[in-house]
Amino acid sequence: MHTKRLKSLLLASTVIASAGAAGAQDVTLTIESWRNDDLTIWQDSIIPAFEAGHPGIKVQFTPSAPAEYNAALNSKLDAGSAGDLITCRPFDASLALYDGGKLADLSDLAAMANFSDVAKSAWQTDDGAHTFCVPMASVIHGFIYNKDAFAELGIEVPTTEDEFFEALDKIKEDGTYIPMAMGTNDQWEAATMGYNNIGPNYWKGEEGRLALIKGEQTLTDEAWVAPYRQLAKWKDYLGDGFEAQTYPDSQNLFTLGRAAIYPAGSWEISGFNAQADFEMGAFNPPVANAGDECYISDHTDIAIGLNAASPNADAAKQFLEWVGSAEFASLYANALPGFFSLNSAPVEMADPLAQEFVSWRGKCHSTIRSTYQILSRGTPNLENETWNASVNVIKGTETPEDAGKRLQDGLASWYAPQQ
Amino acid sequence: MATRSRIHIAVFLAPAVLVYTAIMIMPLFNTLRLALYETTEQTRHFVGLQNFRTLLGDPNWSGAFWNALGNNFWFFAIHMAVQNPIGIALAALLSHPRLRFAAFYRTAIFVPTILSFVIVGFTWKLILSPIWGIAPGMLDAVGLKALFAPWLGKEAYALTTLALISVWQFVGIPMMLIYAALLSIPEEILEAGEIDGITGWSAFWKIKLPLILPAIGIISILTFVGNFNAFDLIYAAQGALAGPDYSTDILGTFLYRTFFGFQLQLGDPHMGSAIASAMFAIILIGVCIYLFAIQTRLRRYQF
Repeated sequence: MHTKRLKSLLLASTVIASAGAAGAQDVTLTIESWRNDDLTIWQDSIIPAFEAGHPGIKVQFTPSAPAEYNAALNSKLDAGSAGDLITCRPFDASLALYDGGKLADLSDLAAMANFSDVAKSAWQTDDGAHTFCVPMASVIHGFIYNKDAFAELGIEVPTTEDEFFEALDKIKEDGTYIPMAMGTNDQWEAATMGYNNIGPNYWKGEEGRLALIKGEQTLTDEAWVAPYRQLAKWKDYLGDGFEAQTYPDSQNLFTLGRAAIYPAGSWEISGFNAQADFEMGAFNPPVANAGDECYISDHTDIAIGLNAASPNADAAKQFLEWVGSAEFASLYANALPGFFSLNSAPVEMADPLAQEFVSWRGKCHSTIRSTYQILSRGTPNLENETWNASVNVIKGTETPEDAGKRLQDGLASWYAPQQ
Repeated sequence: MATRSRIHIAVFLAPAVLVYTAIMIMPLFNTLRLALYETTEQTRHFVGLQNFRTLLGDPNWSGAFWNALGNNFWFFAIHMAVQNPIGIALAALLSHPRLRFAAFYRTAIFVPTILSFVIVGFTWKLILSPIWGIAPGMLDAVGLKALFAPWLGKEAYALTTLALISVWQFVGIPMMLIYAALLSIPEEILEAGEIDGITGWSAFWKIKLPLILPAIGIISILTFVGNFNAFDLIYAAQGALAGPDYSTDILGTFLYRTFFGFQLQLGDPHMGSAIASAMFAIILIGVCIYLFAIQTRLRRYQF
């Protein structure tokens, strides 16, 4: 009796489901992404919001592991089995896909008008004529600190480098907290949260970055070596055995309240909010002298494009228009505090730490990571070498000057404007 | 009649030959072929041995290549110097007739071999972690805290540490093979030796070791091939950039970065194939040296 009822129930649901599909001619769009952390956010808030306004289009979010994403996506695109919508890495990874005819040109999408040129720069051809992904979000670098620890030790939030190192000295002297939670085992933190976090203050953001691309500045210039000099001083403030400390180790050290300062990217915010039971604040990278102009790394990180081979291009374009809307911007920025909307429309955010980060856009100049545009196209790869050099400098196995010279030699070996 | 009786041979061989060709021979030759091309401006064209010239001649490539190859030899040397002697010693102990719980030891030592690289890499990273690991605590308990260093993070120790982790994982294999070889030595030979006054250590050196030499040869060549194809443990423990400062970069991780790309580095299947071909050549040469120079000289005994 029981099984019979179950069977008929199953049968009925199958009939209803197939009837529904046949009736509405639903189109299902599949999204390729590396953000597997965001699966629930897409499923519970973003996709339902879209589907509510667009009957007849179903969306599936199918992320893969971040480290494998690029390789997996390329294979899927070559095999013709990739989803309709492709989450775009910034710059060359996506540009190569566009050049290879895998991503469609989206320049004439109406929603593109909602984004500034800087926001779009990461997903454009070098001449800026074609845009192939709709910008979703950027991440901002700075330092997150333990407010309780600062209050306990009577430390003011540092605004200049001298104050920054005074604060670190004070924390070290007290001994309760590890002054700064960062390790060099995984290498990328040293470059991303180290060099490219504090660097823009020295090379004056976009000014220096563009000059480097044009070949007017070199990596041996003071502006590009000075950040290494600061990194070299960090060594004394990192925890014991930082050489083997991994990225999750650093996150845990900070959220467990064992470290006072964490060189951060804003993507940490939601994770830290969930883990830490103390109050957190954030400060932008300290400047050399009080009153100096400040610069922050406000890195265009994530966008979404259209698989050129998608059979559902019309439905996918509707989705992309929606991604470019103010509704999506507000939904996304609030669901994922720390991923800041690139939309020109201002977005209200509820999270105080996210507000703190985004407030720097008002007082500082934004730039993106120096190695991402054009400069990491050759061999040796400047981004990988910057990871390596930042780690060496922090560990003291290479001097800042040697590191700058090595990177410059490597860049000049293949990049014509630097020769 | 004679021709018809031969057809069935082909029929029976066909499945294996077809499958082996499709999944082994084709990819192998395709990789070798791919190494002779280059992609510029979306089109692929033939460049002959240019990729190999770049790999060995361009300092940007050759530096990384020789570094990886040198690390690979060191990785192999540690295995030969540590894993195989320990494996032989363990097998000799296990085959001792008066050893109790031999089956338990055998299983316990062999278990790590069946663990996934990811688990081994992760577990050892935790054990050796300067922050949460038990290694610093254990050294502290015996008053040797000063000996502790963040081994995986130091250029001088990282590769040796990883090689020893790999030894820990795989020591079960030489142990098992040699154990089997030792068990196959007939009692009569050992008894005959005893009558001639050869017992204990000298029985091991003079009777058992010569008889298990062929097994040791096989193990050496398996170790060589395994080590020069290694990738997983380094990738799981240190990531694709094989830090610190490329000190744990072996041919496998170098190939991975080049072929599939890494972070902002785009994948280059042609240079990647050139590295894969070089690895293939190195392993082929190694195996040939073994087959022609060593194996033919090993004396085999029939009982």
